[in-house]
Amino acid sequence: MKGALTTVPIIKELDIVGARQSGRNLARDLGFGSVDQARIATAISELARNIYLYAGSGEISFQEVQGASPVGLKIVASDHGPGIENVSKVMEDGYSTSGGLGAGLPGVKRLMDEFDIISDDNGTKIIVVKWLR
Amino acid sequence: MRIPILKLQNYLLVSVQIELDDQTAMQFQEDLLGKIHETGATGVVVDLTSVEIIDSFIAKVLGDVVSMAGLMGAKVVFTGIQPAVSMTLIDLGIHLKNVQTALDLEQGLIKLKQELEEK
Ligand SMILES: Nc1ncnc2c1ncn2[C@@H]1O[C@H](COP(=O)(O)OP(=O)(O)O)[C@@H](O)[C@H]1O
Ligand SMILES: [Mg+2]
Repeated sequence: MKGALTTVPIIKELDIVGARQSGRNLARDLGFGSVDQARIATAISELARNIYLYAGSGEISFQEVQGASPVGLKIVASDHGPGIENVSKVMEDGYSTSGGLGAGLPGVKRLMDEFDIISDDNGTKIIVVKWLR
Repeated sequence: MRIPILKLQNYLLVSVQIELDDQTAMQFQEDLLGKIHETGATGVVVDLTSVEIIDSFIAKVLGDVVSMAGLMGAKVVFTGIQPAVSMTLIDLGIHLKNVQTALDLEQGLIKLKQELEEK
């Protein structure tokens, strides 16, 4: 069974804050504790900022899912930007093309339970899930 | 949005009470360095009790504030970092090694006084 899908567009910088607030509220409503709420909000912040910085615009969607545990939050960040040239490289801690900390994507992988990335010259799609324990 | 910076003797006190978006964080960096220059403050306490998330961008801005303030002769102590925030920072792989922290504003001031007197 899957819950309703909520989509937040990422167009301007303040949308990063809006997306992480929406995600945190959803996580709280699903029963996630404060530490997992912070993990989820932080992961959304990283994904939304990457969309804003590297693709210009895109969207983040949230969906309640069932699977490894009865309740999970699935987050999909998608854009039609230039894509990531070397996916394995960006998954290394400290790799950044913008003078950032390069902690974003490897960090998101550690913050969440599942992490998938599809990227080519039509854009980037990152799918992550956090399971309620 | 601007974060207010208060002066107390040789110190600057900042309590971040709003959600930190990128623009606000950058503005804060600029305002704080300006204020250190203007007042000759030797110590800064930044209270983060109300901050619910620190992602890699905000962490970079805060880390840079410490280095830049250091170049200007001011020590920075962060206080009140929430447990959930410290745990997510570790997940992100951010250890803020050169950053001084204390439990609350009062402890932060005590820490600054001790460190500055040691010199
Ligand atoms: N949505 C995206 N579209 C294109 N490139 C991206 C995207 N997300 C990340 N990247 C690339 O991956 C690199 C690493 O991203 P990240 O781990 O978030 O670190 P940082 O943002 O600090 O550079 C970025 O510097 C950028 O080159
Ligand atoms: Mg990033």
